[in-house]
Amino acid sequence: MNIWLVMLVGGLITFGMRFSFIYLFGRFEVPETIRKALHYVPPAVLSAIIFPELFLRDGTLNLSFDNHRLLAGLVAILVAWFSKNILITIIAGMIALLLLQFFL
Amino acid sequence: MSEQSKQFWAGVRAEIPLLIGGFPFGMIYGALAMNAGLPASAAQLMSSIVFAGSAQFITTQLVRESAPGLVIVLTIAVVNLRHMLYSASLAPYLASLSTRWKALLSYLLTDEAYAPSVIHFEKEGITPYGHWFLLGAGLVLWMDWQISTALGIWLGTAIPEFWSLDFALPLTFIAMVVPVLKDRPAIAAALSAGVVALVAYSLPFQLGLIVAAFVGIVIGTVLEGRKSPRGTL
Repeated sequence: MNIWLVMLVGGLITFGMRFSFIYLFGRFEVPETIRKALHYVPPAVLSAIIFPELFLRDGTLNLSFDNHRLLAGLVAILVAWFSKNILITIIAGMIALLLLQFFL
Repeated sequence: MSEQSKQFWAGVRAEIPLLIGGFPFGMIYGALAMNAGLPASAAQLMSSIVFAGSAQFITTQLVRESAPGLVIVLTIAVVNLRHMLYSASLAPYLASLSTRWKALLSYLLTDEAYAPSVIHFEKEGITPYGHWFLLGAGLVLWMDWQISTALGIWLGTAIPEFWSLDFALPLTFIAMVVPVLKDRPAIAAALSAGVVALVAYSLPFQLGLIVAAFVGIVIGTVLEGRKSPRGTL
């Protein structure tokens, strides 16, 4: 298969999956349990993206102080918890990481 | 300012940190694609035809290994499975839109557009112009991705690694998810999904992410069901 065809089919599949439920919703009755479950998509998916970014270095678990991203991430989590402010959290986490990289 | 443009620009503003975090990834993708021997035109157009970071990374890897087209297509499908989850998650807020709107917003539905939009929708509920927020977030991310891809193709990875700009992505997700953790089911969903994501990380095609998300969703839902026996009294 040539690369253009691969891209076209890959793009159509990706679009189809993004479109799937957005298109279907409202055309069918959605059970209450599913509606409830959907509220847990953001915390579940986002944590599943965040955890490996913080805990894994080169694919293996790293809980040492060398793991600057874990430490900076924990700082960000604390700041997020108390400030509930997105911008302050990102700035705090970024500064924490740069300082750790610089001094440790 | 009309309600539409208010929502649109709120989406753009919410997306800004993700634009910064995503930019180095776009450049790395562009550079890797050139490295893998893709024509510049194909490398650039993949960013608008597929428009999905991790799938594009894996595609360049497979092209370099001269994998068969069918394998590449199937890999893209599995890696992007999580988008069905996003689709289901946003569907209730977009149910009343025309098919044309639904198609446009679906095309723009990436990880980075999904995160701020779902947080916004959960806070505001279903509003007549809420979809403009997703349009704003999705559209600037789309531009960010096209531009960073182009720069990566031309310049290679020009941003020094020690700036760690890519860390802005997980940081933004942290900033968005922590305030949502208001009760025990939500916290349990987040923690269980996170731990499973670590354990299952080595699964191929990023399936670990899907498995982790499902475990988190089930645990959150079950705990909520136990906590509040709605309608029994």
